[in-house]
Amino acid sequence: MKALMFGWEFPPHILGGLGTASYGLTRGMSYQPDMEITFVIPKPHGDEDQSFLKIIGACNVPVVWKENSWDYVNSRIGKVMHPDEYFWLRNGIKYDFSRIFTNDLGCIDFSGRYPDNLIEEISNYEAVASVLASQVEFDIIHSHDWLTYPAGVFAKQISGKPLVIHVHATDFDRSRGQVNPIVYGIEKRGMDMADHIMTVSDLTRQIVIEKYHQNPAKVTTVHNAVEPLPDIDSFTKTLRKDKVVTFLGRITMQKGPEYFVEAAHLVLQKTKGVRFVMAGSGDMMEAMIDLAARRGIADKFHFTGFLKGRQVHEMLAESDVYIMPSVSEPFGISPLEAMQVGTPSIISKQSGCAEILTHAIKTDYWDIDAMADAIYAIVKNPAMYESLRNLGRDEVNNIKWYDAGLKVRAIYESVM
Amino acid sequence: MKNICFYFQIHEPVRLKRYRFFEIGQDHYYYDDFQTDERIDRLVETSYLNANRTIAEMIRSSNGKFRCSFVISGVTLELFEQFAPQVIDSFKELAQTGSVDFLAEPYGHSLASVFDAEEFKKQVTLHSEKIKYLFGIKPSTFFNTELIYSDEIGEMVSKMGYKTMMVDEAKHVMGWKSPNYVYKHAYLPKLKLLVRNWRMSDDMAFKFTINNLTAEKYISWISTLPAGENIVNIGMGYDALGIVNSPESGIFDFLKALPYHAMEQQIAFVLPSEYTKKVDAADILSVPYPMSWVGKDKDLTPWTGNDLQQEALNKLYAVSERVNLCNDKPLQRDWLLLQSSDHFRYMSHKDAYGSSYESAYDAFMNYMNVLADFLERVEAQYPTTIENEELNELLKTINNQELTIVTLEEEIKKLKSRKTAKSEQ
Repeated sequence: MKALMFGWEFPPHILGGLGTASYGLTRGMSYQPDMEITFVIPKPHGDEDQSFLKIIGACNVPVVWKENSWDYVNSRIGKVMHPDEYFWLRNGIKYDFSRIFTNDLGCIDFSGRYPDNLIEEISNYEAVASVLASQVEFDIIHSHDWLTYPAGVFAKQISGKPLVIHVHATDFDRSRGQVNPIVYGIEKRGMDMADHIMTVSDLTRQIVIEKYHQNPAKVTTVHNAVEPLPDIDSFTKTLRKDKVVTFLGRITMQKGPEYFVEAAHLVLQKTKGVRFVMAGSGDMMEAMIDLAARRGIADKFHFTGFLKGRQVHEMLAESDVYIMPSVSEPFGISPLEAMQVGTPSIISKQSGCAEILTHAIKTDYWDIDAMADAIYAIVKNPAMYESLRNLGRDEVNNIKWYDAGLKVRAIYESVM
Repeated sequence: MKNICFYFQIHEPVRLKRYRFFEIGQDHYYYDDFQTDERIDRLVETSYLNANRTIAEMIRSSNGKFRCSFVISGVTLELFEQFAPQVIDSFKELAQTGSVDFLAEPYGHSLASVFDAEEFKKQVTLHSEKIKYLFGIKPSTFFNTELIYSDEIGEMVSKMGYKTMMVDEAKHVMGWKSPNYVYKHAYLPKLKLLVRNWRMSDDMAFKFTINNLTAEKYISWISTLPAGENIVNIGMGYDALGIVNSPESGIFDFLKALPYHAMEQQIAFVLPSEYTKKVDAADILSVPYPMSWVGKDKDLTPWTGNDLQQEALNKLYAVSERVNLCNDKPLQRDWLLLQSSDHFRYMSHKDAYGSSYESAYDAFMNYMNVLADFLERVEAQYPTTIENEELNELLKTINNQELTIVTLEEEIKKLKSRKTAKSEQ
């Protein structure tokens, strides 16, 4: 089976969880022997891992016919795409997109990020989809997140092949209910047009059904998984006097950082030898520094600023407790990453990953008493810590992308 | 002639309230009375009272030929006294018919038989006294918490004077043996064992509706057992009558029809102790490792299977000796209630039956917070810096001081009188 996937990010150059999930899922699906995946992203950097799928950069797909010599094309984009492929794709131009600004090759310059003219990039992505839909061979179209829904829908209209869309988040999660009508419109149209909708959690599935008025029979949950870390043994925990409780992520409204500070305050009233770390950055960081100071716990409450790459796993591995009090989290991969390196996790019940984890503590995001109680229990009770550490690690190691891939495959087959 | 030995178990734990760590040292009341009361009310209304009425009627209509036994934990009896005294009265009436027996068990439905022999004996005595006080019957048969049994436990029970004990049919113990004979302890022939026929028990308790069970069918299964298999022990939670199987399922009508069909097939109903008195044991049962009546494996893992449970039990039973040394009444009572096996079952990852907690961790956190406060109170009574033996000596001195003073005073008197006698001379 051949799948044409539209994505927005792909590792190693990623901006959020979408890229990680796209990578994991395609990797997991590639173990199915007859699965061929063509993955389209706006702007590849050339260092993506293409061993198990084929990546096409939308910025290298001609949408307007321009005459160029083979050598010229080779000199321009030869390092990311073969010139023959360029000419072959050029034959797929069926519409007149000369209204769109294109370069000397007839290609569109995509930023591949989340720029201010995002809506324009999304519609340009549609143009690319039309070329690909007429030229590339595929059996099914798979769109990841709202940015790529219009492209998927257009590809479906041209090719008549079924479309499945993958909801990694909705605008209701991002905006805490204050949805952007344009974004909502794009999301709704994508869902209406899709033959099947996949969501990353039952929580998201419920939103898709209730807020986007979709037929429940058309919406299936495919929980995310976590890629095993190749260098897992290189992350160690230093022996220290104080226990470390960590919050890690964007310090924004959605992640519920203020509940973490309040829980820390409760714990510190009763307990010595515990330190709290808030890692990451975001628009609420200063407010959180203020709050910690007002509560009089600033001497035990530390901020690290933005962490990236290896630092993230190092921070997680050094912690005794990881806490994610998110107000709304479609899935939330980071507790799984924490558990992978053996750190017990406390997560809010409003997180999608809570649906598949047994060996993690779950509390309501607003329930600071329960959160404080859980922190206290883990740092004071070796049995609790060890149980969560060992059973949690085993549990997470058994959540595999391969299984998620099989579910996706079953959905493909159901709509063919 | 074939015999049926019916017994019903009643235990409802005292539920702990949500107890956060910042309450440690502040709040010494650990129980959720509202939740406990609500559960007791439901059980009493839908199950126990109806079932008692049915059994009373069965005894009346069979002229006392229907007989069965009850095993009610001490803490549950206290809950009845507090929240539903009408149940106690109802059981008293049953006791007066003479067709009903009460079995002994550890007062707090605890795991003391496995962890603390002294505490176990204490609780069994306490329970037996309570039964005698309420129902005027001194239990002669023993039913351990969750039917936990091993050779060692059997030995303790036998030494306490019990001649009959109930055990469950576990494959790894029974092998090819049938549960429908009387067995005896591995090396103490005086202790007879009655093995619960779990298949027939489950057929009635859990598969009643699926099996479309009728009294006629049930009795015919028993009457067609091979010759020699003369005793069928059927034991279950009392809530099987009314809760597991709702009144609408016909469970009560099923029961009422049992004596008639049994008599037709010449099957008698017996009480455990009266049966073992007249029948010899067919074989011994050797149980080196404790077993229970829960789960497929019938072992102790539902209570002691994971690290959380081990930790909680170890911390709890570590202070057993100290708690028993003191005579602080509230502390003693909490000690009893905190031992209830249910608390540990809720901490099971695989089999947290009846739990109202969200997870095993949740149950553990709450229990450990309560236990932390309890341990602080024990510590306040006797600091841990003093060794147990030393403490024992000190306590002995204190407790005996009055006696010592009296004897010493007498001695002084004696010496004085001798002195005066001497000086007179």
